[in-house]
Amino acid sequence: MAGLVSHHTYSDAEISGILNSVRSVAIVGASLKDVRPSYFVVRYLIDKGYAVFPINPGHGGETLLGRTVYASLADVPEAIDMVDIFRGAEHAPGIVDEALTLQPRPKVIWMQLGIRNDEAAAKAEAAGLTVVMNRCPKIEYGRLSGEISWSGVNSRVLSSKKPVLRPGFQHRGLPGT
Amino acid sequence: MAEERTPGFNTLAIHAGAKPDPATGARATPIYQTTSYVFDNVEHAASLFGLQAFGNIYTRIMNPTQAVLEERVAALEGGTAALAVASGHAAQAIVFHTLCQPGDEIIAAKKLYGGSINQMGHSFKSFGWNVVWADTDDLSTFEAAVSPRTKAIFIESIANPGGIVTDISGISEIAKKAGVPLIVDNTLATPYLCKPFEHGADVVVHSLTKFLGGHGNSIGGIIVDGGTFNWSAEGRFPLLSEPRPEYHGIKLHETFGNFAFAIACRVLGLRDLGPAMAPFNAFLFLTGIETLPLRMQRHSDNALAVAEWLTQHDEVTWVSYAGLPGDRYHNLAKRYSPKGAGAVLTFGVRGGHEAGVKIVESVELFSHLANIGDTRSLIIHPSSTTHSQLTDDAKVASGAGPDVVRLSVGLEDVEDIIADLDQALKA
Repeated sequence: MAGLVSHHTYSDAEISGILNSVRSVAIVGASLKDVRPSYFVVRYLIDKGYAVFPINPGHGGETLLGRTVYASLADVPEAIDMVDIFRGAEHAPGIVDEALTLQPRPKVIWMQLGIRNDEAAAKAEAAGLTVVMNRCPKIEYGRLSGEISWSGVNSRVLSSKKPVLRPGFQHRGLPGT
Repeated sequence: MAEERTPGFNTLAIHAGAKPDPATGARATPIYQTTSYVFDNVEHAASLFGLQAFGNIYTRIMNPTQAVLEERVAALEGGTAALAVASGHAAQAIVFHTLCQPGDEIIAAKKLYGGSINQMGHSFKSFGWNVVWADTDDLSTFEAAVSPRTKAIFIESIANPGGIVTDISGISEIAKKAGVPLIVDNTLATPYLCKPFEHGADVVVHSLTKFLGGHGNSIGGIIVDGGTFNWSAEGRFPLLSEPRPEYHGIKLHETFGNFAFAIACRVLGLRDLGPAMAPFNAFLFLTGIETLPLRMQRHSDNALAVAEWLTQHDEVTWVSYAGLPGDRYHNLAKRYSPKGAGAVLTFGVRGGHEAGVKIVESVELFSHLANIGDTRSLIIHPSSTTHSQLTDDAKVASGAGPDVVRLSVGLEDVEDIIADLDQALKA
């Protein structure tokens, strides 16, 4: 995937393209506390069928929602398609450096809502990775699938096509799946 | 839809929130007339109750028909999210329940819908929320009313019944300096005529009953979150910034970001106080909103023609309509409501109270009733009805003196509307 030109806006097609193309997601900074936003995201992405690898240096070897928590990206025994950074922006360069040492390399670096580090983004893009900043994959999935609209949220998506139903109750998929 | 295009207002009024039904392909939004929704399994139920997953639980808290209405109005106002409730009054009660603790203060414009004056001045007082009234014609009164207990400023974009247009951005600056949200009741203008978020409002409320529904058939209200206010800055809004014991310690602002206010109003205010909207009413409001742009333009055009005609009538002493050149609010209307000044106007009738009563009893086409924002033309004498519970001084202060007649000009042929007023004024 080519680098996304502007990091102020991403088109819906770009975002759903990314979320449709990745299957395994490492969440750096995943909390084991069930009231933290990062825990919500881990849970939601598991529900949506992603292979989620929680990364938290203080809890390596513990279990989160049935998944083993790893202390670092390098400890994950499987290929990671996307690294979701749930840490402060100052930690992004180090996490990107670590991601770039992985074999195979992840395809996507995603920084959470409120997190933006242009230097880290440039480095990842120079290495051929796609970068998304200042967005939440749970909100984006919810927005594009229409699930977030159940909460009265303005999804900014207009469509005359039926939303995609997935197996299970109250479960929708992304357009194009 | 091309991704980079921002859809126009007419398109949003028809399409926002309303994709075809995923189960049946129904193109009109179905009426989900159900109380509850089955869970996938116990874990799914727990994640819904814990706010970890999106989904429907119980129609007191959310409903798929209502959700389309919420997204529609949020999109039209340019907000991040919305919450529809049983009435405009319920919307206001929930907004202030989310913001205020006992002993807190709300600064409110003193010229408001009479029902809001009653709600704030009396019912809110019993919750320990104290209203400090200020004058939208003198913004320094808002500044002077700010105290450490102030939690919000409340105004109407176009005030009812006086035809007053409020300087929203001027008051927004005072709210920002005070560190409190500006709440704007946008009922009379609707987002077709005025978008308060573009002028610095943080939350918009509506009585859907009026122009958004537009057909005089359903009661409803809505709260729209502008997504602009930092609820955690000073710890002054603990329902949003502090761990919530009823949700195992979730901090709503931290978790839901720029739509946290709408979520807080839903999962605390609506869930616990209970004024839920009927799904059928949500459907009627959606149907009404599809023609909002057409209706509001015709309402405004008819109202201007009626106002111009009234200014020439011998039995009429004054006309208050911001659409009239020369009206004291005309410049504010050009700034905040440039496509028209809405359907509602007031005028003074020669002969005071008795003459006002005679007109409302003599009309044939106009309906004498306590509402605005119907397809039909409506008339009322506020002093003897909507504002009758106020003192004489309070009536005058709120623009409902003894000679005042209020019109909500409908969508009939303007010649017929004028002919009916003419015969009533001569009766």
